[in-house]
Amino acid sequence: MKKLDKKQIAARVARDIPDGAYVNLGIGLPTLVADHLPKGREIILHSENGILGVGPKPAPGDQDEDLINAGKEPVTLLPGGAYFHHADSFGMIRGRHLDFCILGAFQVSATGDLANWHTGGADAIPAVGGAMDLAVGAKKVLVMMEHLTKSGESKIVERCTYPLTGARCVNRIYTDLAVIDVKPDGLHVIEMVEGLSFEELRRLTGVPLKRLATAA
Amino acid sequence: MCLLRNSLGERKKAQCDNFWPMVNKLFASPEAALADTPNGATIMIGGFGNAGMPAELIDALIAQGAGDLTIVNNNAGNGDTGLAALLKAKRVRKILCSFPRQADSWHFDALYRAGEIELELVPQGTLAERIRAAGAGVGAFYTPTAYGTRLAEGKETRRIGDRDYVLEYPIHADYALIKAERADRWGNLVYRKSARNFGPIMASAARCAVVQVRETVELGVLDPESIVTPGIFVKRVVRVAPSMRKAA
Repeated sequence: MKKLDKKQIAARVARDIPDGAYVNLGIGLPTLVADHLPKGREIILHSENGILGVGPKPAPGDQDEDLINAGKEPVTLLPGGAYFHHADSFGMIRGRHLDFCILGAFQVSATGDLANWHTGGADAIPAVGGAMDLAVGAKKVLVMMEHLTKSGESKIVERCTYPLTGARCVNRIYTDLAVIDVKPDGLHVIEMVEGLSFEELRRLTGVPLKRLATAA
Repeated sequence: MCLLRNSLGERKKAQCDNFWPMVNKLFASPEAALADTPNGATIMIGGFGNAGMPAELIDALIAQGAGDLTIVNNNAGNGDTGLAALLKAKRVRKILCSFPRQADSWHFDALYRAGEIELELVPQGTLAERIRAAGAGVGAFYTPTAYGTRLAEGKETRRIGDRDYVLEYPIHADYALIKAERADRWGNLVYRKSARNFGPIMASAARCAVVQVRETVELGVLDPESIVTPGIFVKRVVRVAPSMRKAA
């Protein structure tokens, strides 16, 4: 089978973001989506630290320490962009004003529970940032992650073993193997990568999957 | 001149003498603006990472010597300067933040692992709203954030309509240390780009908001339509010249 690499997952997510959408990209893997937004669509990126209209990375030498994204990387502002304070920024998030947020994950459960902030390790220093607000606040929560852990276990699970970020909050999962919708009646496979059979995907995932009639 | 620097008694005396002192919140130095910080104070520090971090005010707080502090900030220090230096100096008993663990948060990490600092981890939007609530006189609020997670354990919850919420309380502070771009002597503020972040809400939530700015201007220069933090929320302003910033 042809597993997608990180950029290809990002490009696949980006394809589903419609013109005019307000979108928050979580730190880490989801920031790659910004590089793959389809040309010709006007998509307005939100950054939790108080920016709407986040533009591309600045050219070397043009970085501004007062203009950074949630991952604390330098960014730019598009014409039409705006700055605002943190309470307004999270009001936009919690108040259901964002059309999409795209988050990384350690695990997603069959009912859409999300675990992405804490490995639960006794020695791990916890850090949550804006993940719990995004999980409950965005109209659609999209997760992008590798389908399997490094040791080959499915990150889509019956029940999350890591501490939850939010319960029943994920709408769609994009992995290097498949695109899967989380519906009230279970997980629906929308797409699979070339060369992967539904049976093989089901075996790797280990939780019940439904096959959408149109899935390849 | 000394409306805000004097005790209440002195201010009353000035008024009785039929002399209304000019409102002037400008202080000569970061050290002067923080000279009265007591041990055990709760101090909000603006900034998201280094954007909006009031580095010179933090340096002055370290030099001033107050300890046993409770700090409110989004992070727990980056690198070796600013908040990280305050932590390293062991002045902080407790920190409330959303994202302590970072690649360069080694001073916090060491204190936390040694059990020398208390951490209250708060989701970022809840942190912002608890600060906002304090400044706005709100007694508590219900938020959907963190419902069903370990950060809501032991907290009061309530179902409103078809959603579940967690009860959260305001965070008040004695001082807020903030960085803005420009101020006038009434304490009106404008910020710069994403360095605004927690500044406006922290200014409102603290009994004494102390602001470092790059530039001070005469009254009337700041466009009233564009003032982000009205001066009522600000008690003290210090201009930090760009040369000082470089030297720090």
